[in-house]
Amino acid sequence: MIEHDQGATLMKGNEALAEAAIRAGLQGYFGYPITPQSEILEYLTAQPKGRAGVVLQAESELAAINMVFGASGAGARVMTSSSSPGISLMQEGLSYMASAQLPCLVVNVNRGGPGLGTIQPSQGDYFQATKGGGHGDYRLIVLAPSSVQEMADFVFEAFRLAEEYRNPAMILADGALGQMMEKVILPREGSLPYPPKPWATTGKPASRERNIITSLFIQPEKMEQVNLELQEKYRRLQKEVRFEAFQVEDAEILLVAFGLAARIAQKALELAREQGIRAGLLRPITLYPFPTAAIANLVPNVESLLVVEMNAGQMVEDVRLAVNGQRPVSFKGRMGGMIPTPEEVLESIVQIAERTHTEQVERS
Amino acid sequence: MQTTTIPPEMDLVYRRPDTLTQTPMHYCPGCGHGVTHKILMEVVDELGIQEQTVGVAPVGCSVFAYNYMNVDMQEAAHGRASAVATGIKRILPDRFVFSYQGDGDLAAIGTGETIHTVNRGENILVVFINNAIYGMTGGQMAPTTLLGMVTSTTPFGRESQVMGFPLKITDLVAQLPGAYYVTRQAVHSPTAVRKAKKAFRHALEYQKLNKGTCFIEIVSNCPAGWKMTPVEANEWMEKNMFPAYPLGDLKVPK
Repeated sequence: MIEHDQGATLMKGNEALAEAAIRAGLQGYFGYPITPQSEILEYLTAQPKGRAGVVLQAESELAAINMVFGASGAGARVMTSSSSPGISLMQEGLSYMASAQLPCLVVNVNRGGPGLGTIQPSQGDYFQATKGGGHGDYRLIVLAPSSVQEMADFVFEAFRLAEEYRNPAMILADGALGQMMEKVILPREGSLPYPPKPWATTGKPASRERNIITSLFIQPEKMEQVNLELQEKYRRLQKEVRFEAFQVEDAEILLVAFGLAARIAQKALELAREQGIRAGLLRPITLYPFPTAAIANLVPNVESLLVVEMNAGQMVEDVRLAVNGQRPVSFKGRMGGMIPTPEEVLESIVQIAERTHTEQVERS
Repeated sequence: MQTTTIPPEMDLVYRRPDTLTQTPMHYCPGCGHGVTHKILMEVVDELGIQEQTVGVAPVGCSVFAYNYMNVDMQEAAHGRASAVATGIKRILPDRFVFSYQGDGDLAAIGTGETIHTVNRGENILVVFINNAIYGMTGGQMAPTTLLGMVTSTTPFGRESQVMGFPLKITDLVAQLPGAYYVTRQAVHSPTAVRKAKKAFRHALEYQKLNKGTCFIEIVSNCPAGWKMTPVEANEWMEKNMFPAYPLGDLKVPK
């Protein structure tokens, strides 16, 4: 469990995340500036020498993720951070790290895309984050904070999961969470122990065989074996699924939303309740592993589902897989850096409630 | 007649150092990789730094370098070996870190990483094997392919108007203040091997000083890619490669 400071401070999401990384025992950070997350690199470089470990501004995101590869392979607790276009450049390295089973933290402060896009907040990288992103069959562990507090806390959780499962972990935030200031109670330094890493390339003593970190398994039989091991790891990972449920007990309409969109959905839920519409909210905290079972368990109790995202509808596909055709699943989203308002979401909820009511009348 | 048994050690003129594994190398007959691996690992053995050495293998013919070098190693993505080496060295500054890269890896897809690694003066050794061709993928044009040279992607010879010029990246990095020791060597003759081995020894000794990057280019051959016998390849290399890539020191510590 993470221990926290006594008092709260007011901090930007990016800075809270950077401070939390230091307190989580960060030993190496390699990154490249990009809006809206450059404060992470700036915050870390502003620290007294050694407090944040090795902090290096790389010449590109390609170099950054490969420095992370090397540093992780050398046994250090390492991270990088970027925003959407930069994260795209890191996908090759993440695929290599997943294959070589190297832990690291990658922070994606998601901005609107595709392309160079906009610097405004978005959740358009959900597919990229949760389905692999680079080449080959692999997954990242993905955590989705919805507050500055979680921007800080999830650093600890992400490092713990990454190191326990020897897999890259991603915090998928967005431009708003990175830039906004909120009250945060910072996690306490030293509450995340360093696990032993006997596989690290630290120099071969006479007492052991050489350590080799590689993602190359040229014989297909061996490559298949590595894939089977990875898939087994992802199955074990399912027990780490985390989500939060609000007022789902009596809900007839179940909202599903993550990150910033979940906060908007929660406000819309309150507005709907004021109108007598019984809405509930399920907020996936881990986007991979996805809370499929949690959603499936709620399905028999609800009439309809509404997924709210800041994209064209990405997580909605995973929700539909969980619902498996048993209930209608609607989608409300804004794209390209636009944030839906609670009123817009409420409008969708009201429409669904009316449609459900009409169907119920027709059926009776 | 009296006979004496000579202890085996007295006859011994060479022993495979512990820094080289027993694995037979996959390199083609006449290829320079094997000799280069051998002398690099001999130096690691002679300096007694096997326990403190971490290497980085590239993508290319030497992708399996870690099968032969008995030191801790990481296998990097194509072109990124010097970034991976940077990550290792920054975390473990008291270790001896080297990257081992071919011309496509170091001077085409990884040019950015190469320049910036040397420009930061990372205290690593970069070993650069220049044989002017992509051997692993079947003999395509490399950035260092000579003008007029036939490869599988320049079947009529490399034309500068279409494919630019042979990239003398070693001359380029020698200009950077972060470079401490830059030299160009070969491994095709006993004399060349002795000189190259000396260069490796210098480079690893310099790494202790934390003065910057040591960069050793080995002008090498590719009998299979060049479609020549090993002997022809060495002759062709001397005649054509050495004038374009003259051997010798480009930058030595003052």
